[in-house]
Amino acid sequence: MLEQQLVNALTLGSVYALFSLGFTLVFGVLEVINLSHGAMFMAGSFAALTVVTRLKAPLAVGILAAMLVSGLLGLAIDALILKRLRARHAPHLIPMIATIGATTVLTSAAQGLFGVEVQRFPDELLPTREFIFGSVHVRALELAIVGIAFLLMTTLFLVLRHTRQGRALRAIAESPKAAALLGINVEGLFLATSFTAAALGGVAGLLIGLNFNSVTPLMGQPILHKGIAVVILGGMGDIRGALFGGLFLGFAEVLSKAYLSSQMGDAVAFGLLFLILLVRPAGLFGRVLERKA
Amino acid sequence: MEAFADFWATYSTLIFTVGIHALLALSLWLTLSCGLLSLANAAFMGIGAYTAALLTLHLHWPFPMVLVAGALAPAAVALVIGAPTLRLSGVYLAMATLAFGEVTRILVLNLEITGGPEGLNGIPLLTTWWHILLILAAAGFALARLRRSRMGRAFEAIREDEVAARMMGIDVEGHKLAAFTLGAILAGLAGALNAHSTFFISPREYGFENAVDILTMTILGGISSLIGPVLGATILTLLPELLRFLHAYRLAVNGLILIGVVLFLPTGLWDSRRLRQLVGAWRTRREGKP
Repeated sequence: MLEQQLVNALTLGSVYALFSLGFTLVFGVLEVINLSHGAMFMAGSFAALTVVTRLKAPLAVGILAAMLVSGLLGLAIDALILKRLRARHAPHLIPMIATIGATTVLTSAAQGLFGVEVQRFPDELLPTREFIFGSVHVRALELAIVGIAFLLMTTLFLVLRHTRQGRALRAIAESPKAAALLGINVEGLFLATSFTAAALGGVAGLLIGLNFNSVTPLMGQPILHKGIAVVILGGMGDIRGALFGGLFLGFAEVLSKAYLSSQMGDAVAFGLLFLILLVRPAGLFGRVLERKA
Repeated sequence: MEAFADFWATYSTLIFTVGIHALLALSLWLTLSCGLLSLANAAFMGIGAYTAALLTLHLHWPFPMVLVAGALAPAAVALVIGAPTLRLSGVYLAMATLAFGEVTRILVLNLEITGGPEGLNGIPLLTTWWHILLILAAAGFALARLRRSRMGRAFEAIREDEVAARMMGIDVEGHKLAAFTLGAILAGLAGALNAHSTFFISPREYGFENAVDILTMTILGGISSLIGPVLGATILTLLPELLRFLHAYRLAVNGLILIGVVLFLPTGLWDSRRLRQLVGAWRTRREGKP
């Protein structure tokens, strides 16, 4: 039935949007396709799981742990790898290849530390309440997921729009050189962007981990591909585009799985992505950018 | 002789894999030599593998014909998707080819004829060591000739500066399509050989990870000569075997290598110019000249 599917689609779509927001932020500011964003997603999920099961901390602490661990990993990748490549003015594809290497390292480390089997959050920690609106059952968990995702996204929008740092960041996105001439601490904001984006990715990982109650070292790969689809759908580096693209992909995927074919849902997303790239390389909602790279 | 037989029984699969990976790395070298970063080569390999395996299993074609078909099927696909896709450049092309690879993988995963997630079983083991060696040598020879040809120089010009190449009267679109399609032929051949040396193929072997593996091999070896990709493929295929004691962590080494090469050896391990300089410096020192 349609209403129930729409609830699922909204839940999934808001997490896709949250994930893609960080991905597109890094592209907009650093001009790097950061393929380690999926690993941040996975790391956030494992960080929260570890804190919750080993330290018996409440779920709220788990969310903070996800943000912190993923954020620091993102920061480390930027400081250790991307920063050097920026200093060398390496062509666009080089940092992308380096982030593939970082992903391999992190995934392999997670497999070594946690094993390859699916891990689950303890049931007693998850909110069990269900709200019933007419014929639609909404789990409290789903409400929380949508709530957290939108809370974080709104915060990011407000920060980018109204704070000094946000304006500085947008200036960098236009032109890092001009921003540096205006006395903006470009390197510092690059690092801050990498931290924020990775932290958002980590929370998205935790939310998906909770929603399906499954955490594995390889969970970052499919979402990374979807993040790429979303970002291209919305226009690379376009923050609002990531929000709409994420929701759109959530709906497209859930509805095509429900009404077309359960396995072909993923193909729909990528088929769409492929077509959009051919017709409008700047994205569905994106202005027609000059093609960089 | 017995020692050799033992060695062969243990390591023949590994040696086959080295050869097939070398062929794949060369296929990506070809696309990269025209400045195209394609993540579609794993999918082309898959198309070649499935085409070849299906022809052998259902139509019982002779092996040489199967190999030709395995090379031509992905080439046809590359021609069709190349025309619109290759208008994109840089990261957009990488993303589009990634999306194409995913669509292919999901299709193969869900189609009836490809056996779905279980893949195809019981493919006869027709590939022998000399097939691989012969094809690898032929590919190496053809590519070496190509590099020095008009077409190879056009590829290089396009890679260095597309606008300048166009100003020189080079047909940029045509050459890009040629590089993309020729790359698909090599990848398809590798796939067809692989299918007939492993008994079994499944969609899992042709996904994003494999596209990344091919890229890693090529970048590690370096694209300034043909030796680079072959060297990269050999190292990255043998290394996990040597690192078995690291268990789950052994793939991390691949990642670290990729990062290390990108950071410290941007031109890859085998950079002919750097090697010449090294040799030159060594000679000067030995002859005691300043």
